[in-house]
Amino acid sequence: MSAHGNPEEAATEPQDEPADSGAWGLWEVFVRSSRGLSHVHAGSLHAPDAAMALRNARDLYTRRNEGVSLWVVPAEAIAASDPDAKGAFFESPQGKDYRHATYYTRSEGVKHL
Amino acid sequence: MKAPASTSGRGTGATGLAGGDSNASATRITPGNALRPEDIAQEVRAGLAKPTEDVAEYALYLADDALILAQRLGHWISRAPELEEDVALGNIALDQLGHARSFLSYAGGAWNQSEDDLAYFRREPAFRSVHLVEQPNGDFAVTIARQFLLSYYQFELYRRLTASTDATLAAIAGKAVKEVDYHRDHSAQWVLRLAGGTDESSRRMIHGLRLMWPYVDELFQDDDLTIRLAEAGIAVAPSSLRPDFDRLTGDVLLQARLEAPDVPAAPGGGRHGRHSEHLGYILAEMQVLAREFPGASW
Repeated sequence: MSAHGNPEEAATEPQDEPADSGAWGLWEVFVRSSRGLSHVHAGSLHAPDAAMALRNARDLYTRRNEGVSLWVVPAEAIAASDPDAKGAFFESPQGKDYRHATYYTRSEGVKHL
Repeated sequence: MKAPASTSGRGTGATGLAGGDSNASATRITPGNALRPEDIAQEVRAGLAKPTEDVAEYALYLADDALILAQRLGHWISRAPELEEDVALGNIALDQLGHARSFLSYAGGAWNQSEDDLAYFRREPAFRSVHLVEQPNGDFAVTIARQFLLSYYQFELYRRLTASTDATLAAIAGKAVKEVDYHRDHSAQWVLRLAGGTDESSRRMIHGLRLMWPYVDELFQDDDLTIRLAEAGIAVAPSSLRPDFDRLTGDVLLQARLEAPDVPAAPGGGRHGRHSEHLGYILAEMQVLAREFPGASW
């Protein structure tokens, strides 16, 4: 944490690095703001284990009455799409209006649709 | 006096539609409606709540424990082992400060004084805090040991005080007990982790408990005032809290494979103005601004 010792020393000795923050894993936090809504990603935090991650999430992300439910997930457990992915991955649905309900005309005689 | 608001009346106006709802923000802010110190000050000003001299003195017992602890915990801001713990200790400090403000606002009604008059312009012998809350923060384990002992005591106290015949004390306790329940949980989690962590963390946890344990007895000492008020159903006799305190802290220590330290009790005397050598320094730091610039606000 504290950098006593001169910078050169710190640069050559790896144990001078802030070991604490490295030891605590990263967790992603999901907050549900009220019943009936889904959990929404709110941010991330460090914690030594799941129980403490939930408590830290309570302190960091529900300070102002934002939530009625919390999920915490180890960040490394999340598989993410390639941030640069566009073309083949996300653009293909464009123009496929038959995937939308509004594409279809209502059949005669069908009520309550 | 308003009853402590329950959380059931949350008016979010949610549409009940899942997904794609712009209201589904994870950071939506609602202030909620719970009892605030300002509400109590207002009731006192309006003459709706007026404590007797005895009740006000008792409210000072509760207020000063919370106030001095909040001041102590505030020192951890920017100094905790991790940013997340910084926020957790800050939250606990602010909860305690809120309880202190409520009790002080109420107590002030007996002497026509504001919460600030009582917090910033009383001298050391007029404070009623116990020695435990005055003890220095030490390292993280020492602070956790202090928090562990105090929040288990406060929880048992506030839990019973919700049934006080004094409506204002009962209402403040009703708000505080939920917050202190979390303080209990937070400190117990850390007692378990430090005790079961490394040799170094275990050594520090044991050391922290040894340092704080001599101040436990003072928490449970009855005096004339608490006996008188307990008989009237207003206060809770401190001695009546001891069995539950021993049982519940004992459960955590057992789980942590720790033993209650075998150390002699300190003499105490905080309730009657006889304080540890630390309180003078705490007050100097806490009160200097208000005394140097009376009436200052921002």
